[in-house]
Amino acid sequence: MRTMKEISLERFIQKVEESGQPLSEAFLQHEITETGKPREMLWELMRTRMAVMNQALKRGLESPQRSRSGLIQGEAHRIANWAATGGSLLGGGFSKLIASAMAIAEVNACMGRIVAAPTAGSCGVLPATLFTVAGERAVSEEALIRAFLTAGGIGLVIERSASLSGAEGGCQAEVGSASAMAAGALVEMLGGPPVQVGCAVAFALGNLMGLICDPVRGLVEIPCVKRNALGEVNAVTAAEMALAGCGSVFSADAVIETMGKVGRHLPEEFRETARGGLALLPIGDGMSPDQARA
Amino acid sequence: MGIFDIIGPVMVGPSSSHTAGAVRIGLFCHRLLGRTPSGVVIGLHGSFAATGEGHGTPLALLAGLLGLAPDDERIPHAAELATESGLAYRFEDEDLGEVHPNSVHIHLESEEAQLDVYGSSTGGARIDIWNIDGFAISLDGEFPTLLFVYPDRSGTVAVVSAILANAAINIATMKVHRTTRGGQALMAVQLDEEPSEGVLESLRHLPHFQQVRFIPALGFGG
Repeated sequence: MRTMKEISLERFIQKVEESGQPLSEAFLQHEITETGKPREMLWELMRTRMAVMNQALKRGLESPQRSRSGLIQGEAHRIANWAATGGSLLGGGFSKLIASAMAIAEVNACMGRIVAAPTAGSCGVLPATLFTVAGERAVSEEALIRAFLTAGGIGLVIERSASLSGAEGGCQAEVGSASAMAAGALVEMLGGPPVQVGCAVAFALGNLMGLICDPVRGLVEIPCVKRNALGEVNAVTAAEMALAGCGSVFSADAVIETMGKVGRHLPEEFRETARGGLALLPIGDGMSPDQARA
Repeated sequence: MGIFDIIGPVMVGPSSSHTAGAVRIGLFCHRLLGRTPSGVVIGLHGSFAATGEGHGTPLALLAGLLGLAPDDERIPHAAELATESGLAYRFEDEDLGEVHPNSVHIHLESEEAQLDVYGSSTGGARIDIWNIDGFAISLDGEFPTLLFVYPDRSGTVAVVSAILANAAINIATMKVHRTTRGGQALMAVQLDEEPSEGVLESLRHLPHFQQVRFIPALGFGG
């Protein structure tokens, strides 16, 4: 059995620290060794996954997504339109960020094609964060692919040391993990050293520590879609802190393990059972979602 | 588990367990029969019955039964596709007892056979097929799999493993289950690689076997 130490983020960081290579290189090497697949094939596979993510993003932004339950009514499209008419509070980039995560999560809720990253319920966080910031900062395709590899590697560490499942660890394990993956990936994409990647992971996961999974009617819609936006904004926040040179007093591995522990202590009501939190609130039965919203 | 299990699978939403896993259970049945069944009665248990509709679980099961993969964008239209393909279907709520909450019983009918398959979606689109026609088994669909039904008698395992050994096909797992001593037996063999059509033919022509079925690995799509 693999021990936690063998797959810790710290180990991957140490591996590349002396050579000055990016963290993605350590994860890529690990993947090549584990799967026996050549580098080019893995590179191409990631490119294909990114294309699926991009299609979902476009679909969710361009056409209002409506779910079978009626709980999702094209909110991402609504935000994008509102921002386009000057409504944005902090400038277009921020609105685009929020709308993008929600767009992909809404496509998922409406039976569209997505890439689980790490789960279907949290699928908007990572691609929306990386695509939006890459667009704003004119990042190369290679740097973008490397960022996704780094995100996958961080997810792998979280899967081994804690959990990526809402049923096991609550929303912190899904949106929280996605947010940590995105934060670390963002730091690498913008040229931060591996140590700062670790700080960003620690900040992002630390900020969402304890977040419960309380899906209304047991569906991946409310509050999941909006929490994708939360995870994404949190990822950018954590990455910015790390890139500015804020250090973490905890190692990323310690925060990851703690998230796992907190998850195991969460009562079952808060682990995807729809028996606690927002899932218990009345949502205005008999009203249309628009009326319920008002 | 690797990077592409984390950034993946590519799937139609909304849920890896209630949608993608359900497609894979249906797809397992399709592959088990080697075709789309002509009729199915689908018993939804637990969470599949309670929240299945909102997750598109019934559509996902139908899509799999039609042979669609978990990332096929036609999944939301599976009901229309089933009607077009002549697949008659009926859904019921069914209490399967103390089993995984995301479980289903599929009664399959085709010209050639009637089969009852029980399976669960265990998370992250992974599945466990735990009963076929009364035989308790455990198959996850991740290996090319051979299933044999035959009267319980000595030497059967040796005959099958000899044919596979001659073809240099490694056996990953092999399990034999029987109703009673000397009764009916079911052998499930998971392989490391797909057998050739020639190997399958020689297995199908073995005497005493009532059923010889091959189920290609399901994969995770994308």
